[in-house]
Amino acid sequence: MRKKLILVALLLVLALVAVACQPQTVEVTRVVTQTETVEVTRVVTETIEVEGEPVVVTQVVVETVTVEVPAEQPDFGKVVILSTQGVPVEEAEKMRGIVLADFPGEPEFIGVEEPVLLDRVLAEAEAGEGSVDVVIALHGTFPTLQAADALMDLSDLAAELSDRGIPDAFMELGKLGTEDTQYYIPLMQATYIFAANKVALDYLPEGADPDALTWDDIYNWAQNIANETGENKLGFPAGDRGLMHRFLEGYIYPSFTGGMVSNFKSEEAVAMWEFMRNLWQYTNPQSTTYAFMQEQLLSEEVWVAFDHTARLKDAFEQRPDDFIALPSPTGPAGLGFMPVIVGVGIPKNAPNPEGAMEMIRYLLEDETQINILREIGFFPATGVEFPGFVSTGIRLEGEAVAKQAASPNALPALLPVGLGERGGEINKIYRDTFTRIILNGEDIPTVLEEEGAKLQALLEETGAPCWPPDPPSEGACQVR
Amino acid sequence: MIAKLRAQNLEPYLLLLPSTIFLLLFFAWPMFRALSLAILNDEGQFTLAHIQRMTSDVAFWDAIRNTFILLITIIPLQFILALIMALIVTSGLRGSGLLIYFYALPIAISDLAAGIVWFAVFTERGYLNTLLTNLGILDKPFIFLNIQTSWPLIAVIIAEVWRATSIVFVILVAGLQGIPKEYNEAAEIFGANWYTRLWRVTLPMLRPSIQVALILRTILAFQVFAVVVALTGGNLRVLALEAFRWYGDFRNANVAAAYAALILIFSMIVSVVYLRTLRSPETELTG
Repeated sequence: MRKKLILVALLLVLALVAVACQPQTVEVTRVVTQTETVEVTRVVTETIEVEGEPVVVTQVVVETVTVEVPAEQPDFGKVVILSTQGVPVEEAEKMRGIVLADFPGEPEFIGVEEPVLLDRVLAEAEAGEGSVDVVIALHGTFPTLQAADALMDLSDLAAELSDRGIPDAFMELGKLGTEDTQYYIPLMQATYIFAANKVALDYLPEGADPDALTWDDIYNWAQNIANETGENKLGFPAGDRGLMHRFLEGYIYPSFTGGMVSNFKSEEAVAMWEFMRNLWQYTNPQSTTYAFMQEQLLSEEVWVAFDHTARLKDAFEQRPDDFIALPSPTGPAGLGFMPVIVGVGIPKNAPNPEGAMEMIRYLLEDETQINILREIGFFPATGVEFPGFVSTGIRLEGEAVAKQAASPNALPALLPVGLGERGGEINKIYRDTFTRIILNGEDIPTVLEEEGAKLQALLEETGAPCWPPDPPSEGACQVR
Repeated sequence: MIAKLRAQNLEPYLLLLPSTIFLLLFFAWPMFRALSLAILNDEGQFTLAHIQRMTSDVAFWDAIRNTFILLITIIPLQFILALIMALIVTSGLRGSGLLIYFYALPIAISDLAAGIVWFAVFTERGYLNTLLTNLGILDKPFIFLNIQTSWPLIAVIIAEVWRATSIVFVILVAGLQGIPKEYNEAAEIFGANWYTRLWRVTLPMLRPSIQVALILRTILAFQVFAVVVALTGGNLRVLALEAFRWYGDFRNANVAAAYAALILIFSMIVSVVYLRTLRSPETELTG
């Protein structure tokens, strides 16, 4: 009896494991009907009575009838998409169930972290046999694939899609610094903004305009909140999985020094770090564990937070009346901000290149672009008008994003292009600098000197020329 | 006859063959590859550049220090706790059988899950703060996981002790159950009290189990990872985390391999030390 019970329990566990391990593919069937006009000839036989005698009359009637016939459905087959975006389970489900649902074929969406994507695509390039048809990743991921010559040239497709309203500057980014090779096509974009609980507005320093804050306003704001509530309610995503390095590279550095790299150890940079050190006194110290600021905003652990729009989305979606989106603050040198571009490319040895091309066309359709915004919070890369189609929360975010980009003193900071596969190391330098100065309290000029030397070495070794907002350079970018 | 003898001689080797192939293929070869990544440059020549890169990194000494702090605090704590738990369970008290399941429960929980559970305890709006504020001990939440204090380290120690003591416990219980009752009974007859019996009989007899548990636990302590990630967001540096970071985030397999090699070397040294110092002479066991 007991043995049987154990056996049954074992079987149950096995069944559970089997169910859990089942590949999660969403099958999508779509029936498109189309109307067609057909001429139909009908023979009508009638019996009429003529003077009491039945007479059979035969008549031929020609009429046009509209009938519904199933259209010839083009099937582009299985298209495997490997993506570093839409990775969280919920987002991946939305990608499969909604965004990709109308694709004429069998899309298979696989969300992975960047290292996994790189390993897989690079290994397949080396092996000469691929299984991935479409790669969706951040702009910064593509140079590594470019360096290994793992991507197909999409110039023809780019020309074909030129009427979709993708900004030329974005298309140019997809060439990764080359003249005529289109490595990826911009798919969606995002950026980083501040989000604030409306409660915090009461503590805003006098005369500060929420739509045009300065960094000093942010400092005074955090200080007011701390003085009056006794709690530090400003938060940054400084955990390992958070995007603090983007804050340093694309926001505070350009705002204070006008550049990301060339003024790394300038006097302005020293002043900036002193400012950061002061600001940190009023920042929630648990920031070093934060990764997605929407969580802390919703739990009200913090009231004012900086993060990626997609990582703030839940707060705006769940409680649109409680939060406001703010454009990034302005510093002495301007309003530094970082547009984030997500591109879509095709590996050289994709098993289904036609399907992959069709997938890109599909992803750039207006409806798909709006679905992407609605479901995973990335803004369209094409010129589609979206405000009427999305929730209040996303519209709020969209307004802040637009204000930030349209600011007269905007300093758009791009991700580095020329670092190749060592693109991750630059993030380490900025994070290490932050850790040493802010968390460990080391001497600012010393740290900037040491980390600046590492930055210079990285730039020299890769020969990376300066990228915006730093002025263009001949040869490797120089840290002044 | 000779053929039969040969077949008999071969038999053990044939039986060993599958596991040997498995070990060579999936352990020895990757280990060799990882080591060569750490000490060879792109052209395949010997270089110390990767190791220098590792040791000159800001996070390196922090990682070493934190890993060793965790090691020397967690392991003794776990041993004392596990020994007490094991003695209670084997003492034959009423209901002590049930305690085994209770104590062994954390084994079944993945380390990341354990880390997340403890994060929920220690975080600003977590269970601990809620409890302390409700009891009136604190008037506003205390931020435990502030990386500029020692609290995150303490939180990791607590979480690790909770999570991994059960492994030590299970090994010790197995060891205790293997000690024949006669030894203790004999000692009792000679008038030895409980402490004397523990020191003179039980613990010496338990040596092989302690050795196994120590080696296992120390090696695992060098690899501490998921709990640290969950509790501190990765801002508490430890060796395994640095290896992961260098491979995944900074795309530098060489430095990652150097870290991995360092962990391997530490683990080997410690294992040899344990094996030597805790060696139990055969006579003591069989005699």
